[in-house]
Amino acid sequence: MADRSIEDLLRELAPRVLAVVARKYRDFDTAEDAVQEALLAAHLHWPADGLPDSPEAWLIATASRRLINMWRGDDARRRREEQDWTPVTATAADESAADRDDTLQLLFMCTHAALTSSSAIALTLRAVGGLTTAEIAAAFLVPEATMGQRISRAKQRIHASGEPFRLPSGADWRPRLDAVLHVLYLIFSEGYASSGGGELVRTDLSKEAIRLAREVHRLLPHEPEVAGLLALMLLNDARRDARTGPHGELIPLPEQDRARWDRAAIAEGVELVSAALRQRAVGPYQLQAAIAAVHDEAAAAAETDWPQILALYGVLERIQPNPMVTLNRAVALAMVDGPRAGLKVLDTLDGPLAGHHRLAAVRGHLLEMAGDRPGAIEQLRAAAVGTPSAPELRYLLTEIARLRDGD
Amino acid sequence: MKYMIMMHTGQDATEGIMNWSQQDVKRHIEFQHDFDRELREAGEMVFNEGLTFPDQARIVRHDGKGAPAVTDGPFPEAKEFLIGFWIVDCASPERAYEIAAKASSAPGKDGAPLGIPIEVRPIVGPPQADA
Repeated sequence: MADRSIEDLLRELAPRVLAVVARKYRDFDTAEDAVQEALLAAHLHWPADGLPDSPEAWLIATASRRLINMWRGDDARRRREEQDWTPVTATAADESAADRDDTLQLLFMCTHAALTSSSAIALTLRAVGGLTTAEIAAAFLVPEATMGQRISRAKQRIHASGEPFRLPSGADWRPRLDAVLHVLYLIFSEGYASSGGGELVRTDLSKEAIRLAREVHRLLPHEPEVAGLLALMLLNDARRDARTGPHGELIPLPEQDRARWDRAAIAEGVELVSAALRQRAVGPYQLQAAIAAVHDEAAAAAETDWPQILALYGVLERIQPNPMVTLNRAVALAMVDGPRAGLKVLDTLDGPLAGHHRLAAVRGHLLEMAGDRPGAIEQLRAAAVGTPSAPELRYLLTEIARLRDGD
Repeated sequence: MKYMIMMHTGQDATEGIMNWSQQDVKRHIEFQHDFDRELREAGEMVFNEGLTFPDQARIVRHDGKGAPAVTDGPFPEAKEFLIGFWIVDCASPERAYEIAAKASSAPGKDGAPLGIPIEVRPIVGPPQADA
């Protein structure tokens, strides 16, 4: 306890405190604001005054006082008209309820179907991740006022949906868990995509997503897809340092310096996904993690077990058909059976991915493999014109120049 | 004082970079990278973005009746297109021109400065204090 920073302690307690206060007063929206203020108060007092005997109880009490004050504020009348606001008398059992249910309830709440994914991401980072609005705004490069508005509208939507603050049951459980995992995956992807954006200081969303996925895995150790998602994140994040050059330029997987991959993260990811697959309930996250593991375990790009990757993409395509998966399978097939086989598969995507920059980029890559340099240049130009990503644009322009120089 | 510094390019110029050598492309990208970093380190950068190629531009018109019309942009008569911009907060117009001059001199083919025309426009700010 003593060797952990106050910051870490607060972030760990935040979701538990919020869940207790939200349940006690049946008002998620106000509870969220009140808990934020309590966390701020703790930030200000604890370093100077030392930790209270029970930090959690201190935060619950402080947040409850703040919430009552907010209720007494200008909008109290409106609230009282809207709902029966008699505080629920918390039983001792309630107060000591497992933090498992608290954190999960919050996650289910923050990834509610009524929310857009950008709102769900923001709310999850704030309510469960314990980040400040300013930190989330910085991570997404939008003004703080905009992010504050996004979060408060998300809370209003949840409030308006009338969802009771409790865990979904029975048939509702699985889709709701899928929504939670999807939001965590989106947070990770955002961090993964932006880490190549130069030296702008941004909250490390990848690390945050991993922290949250670890938490969900701790709470639901027997859910193989949760383990799969955590493994997928670890196995991708392991390559982070090797993925970009000194000027933020993208370095594609085959050209990365594998000595710079994080071996500990790879070992942990491999172990997680192997254990998950043994449970014989395969799902998309486990399959993607398994593919990442095959890449990570190859000592050199030339030693990559492409037949294995091709087989895994085949299974993934069967259980979750999607043009992007087919696109990746085409690459694997080209590595196993030659570029022409891959190009044939790409032809099936001209409808679903018409004009998509990724399709053009992959086609250019396979045409180069097939020895059609002018065709490759034409496709890479189409990809450069179509890409919305600055690092990818720079990468494609460099590739076009390389092909034209005849290297 | 805040200024918007706009880089325009003809469609030929966007075609241009796709006809440079690897070394030219690399040198140009590194120049832009360093330029942005210097503005940030000088505490003058407010916000900067590059735009996608004009092929992705659309023009939307709505007369308030029926559905809005979305057509491929940009205007056929346009010779030049906005390709990127910087919003800077700097001490004087002279300094804004200095920043623009540097952006204009980005290296192109064989490292020769491109001399791209750069537009500098003061941003309408809060009311001036009475002297």
